[in-house]
Amino acid sequence: MSWPDLRDLLWEGIKETAWMVGVSTVLTAIGGLLIGVLLVLTARGGLLPARPVHAVLGLVVNVTRSLPFVILLVAIIPFTRALVGTTIGTTAAIVPLTIGAIPFFARLVETSIREVTPDVVAAAVAMGASRRQIVAKVLLREARPGLIAGLTITVVALLGYSALAGVVGGGGLGDLAIRYGYQRFETGVMVATVIVLIVFVQLVQSVGDLIVRLLSHD
Amino acid sequence: MIEINGVRKTYRSRRRTVVAVDDVNLTVGEGEIFGVVGRSGAGKSTLLRCANLLERPDAGTVTVDGVELTALGGRRLRDARHRIGMVHQHFALLSSRTVAGNVAFPMELTGVPRPERRARIAELLELVGLGDRADAYPAQLSGGQKQRVGIARALAVRPRVLLSDEATSALDPDTTASILELLRDLNKELGLTILLITHEMGVVKSICHSAAVMREGRFTESGEIPELLRRPGSELARGLFPLSAADAGPGETVLDVTVSGGGADEPLLAEVSRRFDLDLRILGGGVETLAATRAGRLRIAVPGAEITGPLDYLRSRGALVEVAS
Repeated sequence: MSWPDLRDLLWEGIKETAWMVGVSTVLTAIGGLLIGVLLVLTARGGLLPARPVHAVLGLVVNVTRSLPFVILLVAIIPFTRALVGTTIGTTAAIVPLTIGAIPFFARLVETSIREVTPDVVAAAVAMGASRRQIVAKVLLREARPGLIAGLTITVVALLGYSALAGVVGGGGLGDLAIRYGYQRFETGVMVATVIVLIVFVQLVQSVGDLIVRLLSHD
Repeated sequence: MIEINGVRKTYRSRRRTVVAVDDVNLTVGEGEIFGVVGRSGAGKSTLLRCANLLERPDAGTVTVDGVELTALGGRRLRDARHRIGMVHQHFALLSSRTVAGNVAFPMELTGVPRPERRARIAELLELVGLGDRADAYPAQLSGGQKQRVGIARALAVRPRVLLSDEATSALDPDTTASILELLRDLNKELGLTILLITHEMGVVKSICHSAAVMREGRFTESGEIPELLRRPGSELARGLFPLSAADAGPGETVLDVTVSGGGADEPLLAEVSRRFDLDLRILGGGVETLAATRAGRLRIAVPGAEITGPLDYLRSRGALVEVAS
């Protein structure tokens, strides 16, 4: 394959991957934070103990995490259609990516928040903080380095999942590597794609590490 | 200022029921420093957490600054808590905020406007002697400095009551002394009422006006320090002035003499010695200035078994005399 062709393919793949991973990261961050915080709050001894809610939420998270991503991708096709009106293409791939990543990130959020010492939470309660204030100003704020580290891991995982988006015609770099590199034996495309993916992962990890370092004051 | 009435707190686990606080009554007057001493597990921490309803008592009432906390919930309880400061054994500072940010925290909760907050932070940090560390993070501070931040934070919204949960237990002796000094100054200058729990007698000795001994969820004794010192068999008096076991010589009687208030500065023993022509031996003890009073406790050996005279004389002079052997 000629360089201009390869370049165009790569550029297209980069754009598709960036779009898929970018949008699903934002949605995952929101959903994961929400569920992670709920898991902590509703736990026994939490600020809003509710065992049934905690149990159901935990089960849903575990079930979703148990499904291999390819299966999830296919299994939720009806849901995807209802949500975005189509089941193929980059935007359609965002739905399963997000749904697959939310429980993963939610568990990381839960673990990070649990690291905040109960002492500090008790101090905030003693100062008359409301639940909302405790979540925003104590739990999420104190857990920030852990949350960012978790989000970094999640973005890299999303990058991995996104390779499978080709199954629903999602495109992206992973799809490129499979279609050209693997199925058509175009080793050049394969190598180029893999290099771009490595750079992607390195970039995400470095930026994540940097933010964590800036936020940590221990 | 703090009124705890018949408070009981029970923890139930699967098999066991533990009564952490068992029908405790406690009154702390305005401007008073009240210390609760006891071993770990005696229930003193639970008692303190009941004072601002971090733990809701199963029975009894808690009234602070005229507000019955046990009758409140939700928003009104939170409002009441704004007026009660608390310092913690492990400081409980927010690691993601600077010193200034930590002190600002309770003011943010109550919606104090930013310029006012800034002025108050400067004032408080000056008060606790950390004027130059406003931009440091807790991890960069020593234990004593962290506790000073904890105290500044507790005082930010001008509470009239401070609860201290083993505030000096994680600190070395010198730092402990300086933190206690700070608390004493705050008590004097701001009229701050302080309820503290500790396992160190030294804390009671250096700053408390009143104290209680807690064991298995109950107060075994409680009262003002001078009064406790005069109480025969007082555990607290023994704790404040530990007397080493000393053997009496042949034919000697050993007496424990406790004096407090003005009596501590009088040459009481010399008088006894002269009046009854006795050669007294001091076996141990000490005279010290406590927060509330001057007090001393001495173990002396008196020759002979017939000691009614000296005994009565010492008692008539206001000393507590116990025959040790």
